[in-house]
Amino acid sequence: MFQTQQKVIANRYPAWKYLLLVVVTVIGLIYAMPNLFGDDPAVQVSPAKSVTFDEDTRQQIDQILTQANLAVKSSEFAEGRFLIRFDNTEDQLKAKSLLKDALGRSAVVALNLAPATPEFLRAMGAQPMYLGLDLRGGVHFLMDVDMDAAVEKAYLRYEDEVKGALRENKVRYLSADYENEQLLVKFRDVDSMQAGQKVLQNQFGEELKAVANQETATPLVALKLSPSSIAETKKFALQQNITTLRNRINELGVAEPVIQQQGERRIVVQLPGVQDTARAKEILGATATLEFRLVEERGDPYRAEETGYAPHGAKLYKFRDGTPLLLQRSVIVSGENVINAQSGIDPEQGSAMVNVTLDGAGGRKMLATTKKNVGNRMAVVYIENRVETIEQNGEKLKKRITTKDVINAAVIRGQFANRFQITGLDSPQEAQDLALLLRAGALAAPMEIVEERTVGPSLGQENIDQGFMSVIVGFILVLIVMVWRYKTFGMVANLALTLNLVIIVAVLSMLQATLTLPGIAGIVLTVGMAVDANVLIFERIREELKNSSIQTAIYAGYEKAFVTIADANITTLLAAIVLFSFGTGPIKGFAITLSIGILTSMFTAILGTRAIINLMYGNKRVEKLSI
Amino acid sequence: MSETTMEKQINFMGQRHLAMALSLLMIVGSFVGLWMKGLNFGIDFTGGTLIEVAYPQAVDLKEVRSDLANAGYDEAVAQHFGSATDVLIRIAPREGLNSAQLSNQVMDALKASTENGIELRRVEFVGPQVGDELTEDGALAVLYALIGVLIYVALRFEWRFSVGSVAALIHDVIITLGVFAWTQVQFDLTVLAAILAVIGYSLNDTIVVFDRVRENFRTMREGEPVEVTNVAVNQMLARTIMTSLTTLLVLLALFFLGGEIIYGFALALIVGVVVGTYSSTYVASAVALMLGVSKEDLMKAPKEEGDKEAEEAELQRIFLEQEARREAREIAKAQRQNAEE
Repeated sequence: MFQTQQKVIANRYPAWKYLLLVVVTVIGLIYAMPNLFGDDPAVQVSPAKSVTFDEDTRQQIDQILTQANLAVKSSEFAEGRFLIRFDNTEDQLKAKSLLKDALGRSAVVALNLAPATPEFLRAMGAQPMYLGLDLRGGVHFLMDVDMDAAVEKAYLRYEDEVKGALRENKVRYLSADYENEQLLVKFRDVDSMQAGQKVLQNQFGEELKAVANQETATPLVALKLSPSSIAETKKFALQQNITTLRNRINELGVAEPVIQQQGERRIVVQLPGVQDTARAKEILGATATLEFRLVEERGDPYRAEETGYAPHGAKLYKFRDGTPLLLQRSVIVSGENVINAQSGIDPEQGSAMVNVTLDGAGGRKMLATTKKNVGNRMAVVYIENRVETIEQNGEKLKKRITTKDVINAAVIRGQFANRFQITGLDSPQEAQDLALLLRAGALAAPMEIVEERTVGPSLGQENIDQGFMSVIVGFILVLIVMVWRYKTFGMVANLALTLNLVIIVAVLSMLQATLTLPGIAGIVLTVGMAVDANVLIFERIREELKNSSIQTAIYAGYEKAFVTIADANITTLLAAIVLFSFGTGPIKGFAITLSIGILTSMFTAILGTRAIINLMYGNKRVEKLSI
Repeated sequence: MSETTMEKQINFMGQRHLAMALSLLMIVGSFVGLWMKGLNFGIDFTGGTLIEVAYPQAVDLKEVRSDLANAGYDEAVAQHFGSATDVLIRIAPREGLNSAQLSNQVMDALKASTENGIELRRVEFVGPQVGDELTEDGALAVLYALIGVLIYVALRFEWRFSVGSVAALIHDVIITLGVFAWTQVQFDLTVLAAILAVIGYSLNDTIVVFDRVRENFRTMREGEPVEVTNVAVNQMLARTIMTSLTTLLVLLALFFLGGEIIYGFALALIVGVVVGTYSSTYVASAVALMLGVSKEDLMKAPKEEGDKEAEEAELQRIFLEQEARREAREIAKAQRQNAEE
């Protein structure tokens, strides 16, 4: 008892607290440091889908760059992609266009700003803060997926199957049409309606709810998707669109694109560094379709590629990695005929496969073709159409651009109609990708841009400069006021405030949280408010000094102010949390920096200042406090 | 202790009826502004397109407007933004033209009539439905923040304080909104964020005063609630001024140096901090007093404990003081011995 009391009056801190403070300071400095080094202009080369880079690619790239006499600052290969740094942007731009020409569509070549963090810091995982689009420039899109259309398409998909099932079971019906979020199947009489209801219940009971209605002029069965299958449909629609977007953005060549789901029906697309928003929108707004064609086995595709002439009746196509393939000119079935495509596991071979379902018309055509072509190969071509604006001789021309990729070519094993499997795929991942592409080409729900925010590069830099300037000026003003009012104690508080700023930057860098302009405002506000804890403590010490000894006053000042500080900060944190949960993008950034600032300021303003003040005054005879 | 400080006390609470009248006047004024002028909502809430372009040299807005009108955007609003070379164009959402292509067309129209080429600095397009959602989310955020505060303060203090602090917050929010209505500064998402931050800040202030009021109710043996509150406000006066001062300083730095985009944000916070500082004294405490907060209310639950705690704290303090003196004597003695040696 006596021991502890004595410690308290002596105003001394145990060694571990100093150790903690030193450790936190050192870690803070290390992780805040990468922000001082700036960026290198760089080119990032990542493989396109189903391509992996190897030693050959490296040699190819090296060769191209040395031939063009470009000074490479450094080149690294990590996570399957190359990052090549240059000394200046001129070389960077040259290298980009050279590599893009040479590697073609097998790679995504993008300009990037790579942080110039020294090796020893990178080894420790220290990275600079991640700047938001408002600071680095770029485009932010919010895409809205038309879920009503997606659900309607799901009904249309069933329409065909429902008709087929009724025909198979020899139930006569009048019509089956989509109307008002349900599928209405009309029958001539009550008997056939009841038979129909039974058939439909048996066949589609899991996905569709069949309700009979005899009150209407013609007896009918209303089919409604179950809530779970509606949810499933929406999830699918969103996923499909995300996949399509990802593929298209690869075309744009963006170094660090963000494509994220937001809520149930929205997709956020962020393209840092992209300035040509018109082109970005054109590419994102492309429409896709599919074609099933037979492979033309006579003729050499490689020769056709060389000469540019395809044999009669054939046309040259390419896989995504550039491998050529000759396909017959006539299309068997196109995207409109595809009802569904789902990945799964082949029960016989245990390998990955995709189940494809066609509609009635497509099934008939497929049957006619496959009858005659067992043993031949059939290919799926993925076609994307978009309109691009191109400037030619000062005039703007709208040009229709079509890209056609073979996404699969498989041997026809036997005749089939509207249901078939594409087997022999290498991995479940490949099957999933193929299924997604098939669906994207056939049934993607339409998307619309509902929000766009573009920030030009000069504005981004200006935002950084202005933000930085206001932090510095605000910070210095606070330092001056604190010294003016609290003398030595004010200096101590300033030390803590500086440490606080370092820790905030370090935490933001460690979390890789996005720093936005409002985020900087949050930091500025934190600087202003962080001294509140010290103000509370110091004013309390002054008050206590009036009727107690110096050591007691210091002790009491800290102890009594603590509850108040805690209360006050918790309430501010409460507001920050509400902000975080309701805000979007930039507002979230403000909430994050504010919350981090509040938490770190508690540490530096209470523990930090106390440690220094104990060191200065603790266990000493002090005549007068400089406060 | 109380005698010495009592002398130079400013009778804040004595003026509370006058302050009430002032607050009411400001609130009525804000409502009038909101009713007559309304808020100048940004496209975050209304939907529409905003385009910021930079010209190589100062540009006449009339030309820009006629360019826009020629391209078919008669209703587009063009104004200078920050400098004479920067122009901000706002286009309201149009029926059937909910397309993000709009910004491209506008840029084409403007580029056509300038020789030196203009730079696109910023485009913001918000679809009407997103705007509606943001409005709804924003209103909900403010509501939830207030409810959260109500609960926290009621748990931590007492319901009268809780009502007092929420009254102060509503007071602050209304007056800040009023200033935005009268000045017609654009109200966008960042301003909404600032208003939520004002709620946090003003509350911070209120809590600090309440904390002291509670402490004084426990330690001051006598005194009417009004007097006790007054002492607390006075004790916290230096702190209130200092913190508001530092916060205002950094906000002024933001206001003047942060650039146009952050301007509204900084303004909202400046107004909020000034009004919030005033309201934590006059609105929060005054409402708590009006509702009849008393010593007993705060002591009710932890009455025994509270007294004991206070007593113990007092004893502890006396003990510590004695120890400190003893130690000081010892140190002095040791030093004297050292000196003699």
